[in-house]
Amino acid sequence: MIGALIIVFREVIEAGIIVGIVMAVTQGVRGSRLMAGAGVAAGVVGASLVAAFAGALASALNGVGQELFNASILSLAVCMLAWHNIWMASHGRQLAADARQLGQEVRSGARSLFALAIVVAIAVMREGSEVALFLYGLVAAGGTTAGDLLVGSALGLAAGVAVSAVTYFGLATIPPRRLFAVTTGLITFLAAGLAAQAANFLQQAGVATAMSDTAWDTSAILSDTSLFGRVLHTLIGYSDQPSVLQVVVYAATLAAIFTLTKAFAPRTIARPPQTPLTQNG
Amino acid sequence: MTRTPPLSVVALAIALAAGAAAPALADDETQVQITLKDHKFEPAESSVPAGKPIVIELANQDATPAEFESKALRVEKVVAGGGAITVKVRALKPGRYRFFDDYHEATTEGFLVAQ
Repeated sequence: MIGALIIVFREVIEAGIIVGIVMAVTQGVRGSRLMAGAGVAAGVVGASLVAAFAGALASALNGVGQELFNASILSLAVCMLAWHNIWMASHGRQLAADARQLGQEVRSGARSLFALAIVVAIAVMREGSEVALFLYGLVAAGGTTAGDLLVGSALGLAAGVAVSAVTYFGLATIPPRRLFAVTTGLITFLAAGLAAQAANFLQQAGVATAMSDTAWDTSAILSDTSLFGRVLHTLIGYSDQPSVLQVVVYAATLAAIFTLTKAFAPRTIARPPQTPLTQNG
Repeated sequence: MTRTPPLSVVALAIALAAGAAAPALADDETQVQITLKDHKFEPAESSVPAGKPIVIELANQDATPAEFESKALRVEKVVAGGGAITVKVRALKPGRYRFFDDYHEATTEGFLVAQ
């Protein structure tokens, strides 16, 4: 039972943290609870489909369907997170500063919510499909211990939900003014970590063959399969044996999102309208 | 309206051409066949030449799904019950590389020995 608990918990922890962050980012925004719920629901449906068609997916596209599917949805999540950050940088300050504007901004805000709902759905789908397969294996194997293992799995799932709650309430203690800066940073690192994972799937598929050497091996110091390693893996993309390409993609994603977020942030000093908004570099 | 294509278009064309040429490099791959049965890898240890890309063909003869995973090989792939997958692995430095079924990590493990 403990074994099943640990396996399921390990799978849901990443989705749990991401859902917690997204809920904290959107707290107080009208429709955000519905968005998170819809994202989770869509993710569960997606996870079931991915699990049910795991065999077909694995053999698709000359045997690299699973890798390319994972790389694609991870890249989509990275784009959505980047877009959200940029949108928040250009609109979010006013939103946070004046809660009354929320009603007026809700239409454009809805688009940002939609982007985050996709991120939630992808996180749940990715982790959930592995849980679904694991549970299917338990049921298919049958035997006297199956019920016991299912109880363990349910507890593991509950622990994952608890991680969501801890993340959410932890972030909720940050004062609203600081929260914006914190969540912008969190989302940037989260996106960079997901981009590095996508790069790994492209390498695994043989699509990206360059820079496949291992950049470093810190598995003896902090394994990314340990609990703390897993949390760091999700939050900042920590990996104990990354490829050089993963490190490069990680750094490039960080730099790109950071630069774009800065570029789209409104200037604190208003400029005369005749000044072009374009910038060099 | 003939115009010189912008530099970006040229760069993109070169990148696409390079990308199309890249798979041609993957010819001298080493094939490794591994079977998963009763939650055991067979063979539990396979020797491969170092410095060459490897293709692992894993056949899962169990009714239950497994997740073929290896930190050192940087591989993570689901194989359905009764299904088969191919896993591409980069050219390895000499060494012993562990892989396992993520759903049964404690009992189901194997090794790839590059030499």
